[in-house]
Amino acid sequence: MSTPFDYTLASARDALRARKISARELTEAHLSAIERLDGSLNSFITTTPENALKAADAADATLAKGEGGELCGLPLGIKDLFCTNGTRTTAASNILRDFVPPYESTVTSNLLRDGAIFLGKLNLDEFAMGSGNLNSAFGPAINPWKRNGSDEQLVPGGSSGGSAAAVAAGLVLGATGTDTGGSIRQPAAYTGIAGIKPTYGRCSRFGTIAFASSLDQAGPMARNLQDCAILLRSMAGFDQRDSTSVDTPVPNYEAALNRGVKGLRVGIPKEYHADGMPAEIEALWQQGINWLRDAGAEIKEVSLPHTKYGLPTYYIAALAEASSNLARYDGLRFGARVKADSLDAMYEASRAAGFGEEVKRRILLGTHVLSSGYYDAYYLRAQKVRTLIQQDFLKAYEDVDVLLTPTAPSSAFALNEKPSDPVQMYLNDVFTVPASMAGVPALSVPAGLDGQGLPLGLQLIGKFFDEETLIAAGHVLEQAASFTHRPTIHAGNPA
Amino acid sequence: MSLDAKTVLRTARLARIGLAPAEVEALQKDMGSIIDWVEQLNELDVSDVPPMIGTGLAKPRLREDRITDGERPDDVLSNAPDREGPYFTVPKVVE
Repeated sequence: MSTPFDYTLASARDALRARKISARELTEAHLSAIERLDGSLNSFITTTPENALKAADAADATLAKGEGGELCGLPLGIKDLFCTNGTRTTAASNILRDFVPPYESTVTSNLLRDGAIFLGKLNLDEFAMGSGNLNSAFGPAINPWKRNGSDEQLVPGGSSGGSAAAVAAGLVLGATGTDTGGSIRQPAAYTGIAGIKPTYGRCSRFGTIAFASSLDQAGPMARNLQDCAILLRSMAGFDQRDSTSVDTPVPNYEAALNRGVKGLRVGIPKEYHADGMPAEIEALWQQGINWLRDAGAEIKEVSLPHTKYGLPTYYIAALAEASSNLARYDGLRFGARVKADSLDAMYEASRAAGFGEEVKRRILLGTHVLSSGYYDAYYLRAQKVRTLIQQDFLKAYEDVDVLLTPTAPSSAFALNEKPSDPVQMYLNDVFTVPASMAGVPALSVPAGLDGQGLPLGLQLIGKFFDEETLIAAGHVLEQAASFTHRPTIHAGNPA
Repeated sequence: MSLDAKTVLRTARLARIGLAPAEVEALQKDMGSIIDWVEQLNELDVSDVPPMIGTGLAKPRLREDRITDGERPDDVLSNAPDREGPYFTVPKVVE
């Protein structure tokens, strides 16, 4: 090992246990990398170095006794959507700029239980609403990757853009993300890392600031699937405090890594050949098909006929839920208040000042589709179409075990290339949204670089609670792609 | 198609979000174009399709009917933007 930044989460875990490096050394190295590089990435909203060093010393004491949980001494970043007891949690919104939760989310408390060290809270689109991390009250997070021969700033994707940027740049060994319509997978693809959106109900939503409750799902983001598997095992599990949490055992995902794909039936959904998709992405997809076939998988074309309706259905369902969830920010019990003479004026002024443009647009659209006279035409219809979308997947799974698609229809775009039309922006999620609508698990792995030198991802979508097969198939892709490229900005690069 | 200003303002009122005149104009256009785009769902016949409410993976469960909030008034009030003693304050609502 030449530098602490050559470790993966898994190899760091082994090195800590073998006492080849201390948790303090590992934590200090990552904290100093954040200090050095995060000025150009803006991936953190809040850093917690004192707490991290204290936790590192405690981890070293535990490790010295030959004890410690699975994640003991491993430095992670936490998307600033997970409530952390005593540490400011903002959802990248002005309305929560000074919010300090008096409790811990279930996902982060599971990670702490297993000994993880939190370096801080990571940037995101405000309330996880966006696909470029451009909608943050704390400024955009920046992708550590650059186009060949260009210094232009690119988006890391969103909404888990800070998580993606921090992992890709080596500032943390892994991070939590949340995925409502693609917010783990699309940024993972844009930054050349791996990310898993588990089955809906696999990770508790308790203490995760809600966007669209029937879709929100936490998951891991890390440099490879082994690392994601280790994190997911810790994050997942039944929780009484989330009524949609599913009481089913959490397997050892890491053990599934080398199962291979011999005899696995892999579906290629024909509707995902989107109009105007770059030839490079089509070619990478074909490459992925070949990789799986060469490893012994059986490839079948399948049809998901309602794919094109995924995005409009998503925007109705998610925005309706968001308008309801975000009603709690009233300037009264927590969050920023703007004083006014009447209660209604106080609500209106507090919410006008506290929410950003995209969040307001989404709350208003959600309110509109739920309002009297429009409910049946929009919201009820969307829920029915959602049934059709889920049936597409369940029908496909009668013939295949997993589906292979590109993760996103493009590579990362520049900050100033943001489409002015919101609908164009929403199209980034065209391949990730349908799995979210169905509630099935999906992951993204880095599979290659495009002609501009930017990473591209492949997505695998699986059956309910069959993350293990996804991880096994994803690992075959990882090994075939042997993606070892590093971004321009990386902690391990010579300064 | 652009939404009319009245609809935008009525929705903003329902959502309790104050809007500046320039914001209303931008929202008329943006909300209008998003609504036009979702109209494509009308191409589908959904008359015999049940609505999907959540994913249905979790089984509804019962718990004992007891208070579980832990008696933590100070924690509950710790983020109040304005308070008096153990109370949240609001503008006067009763004359």
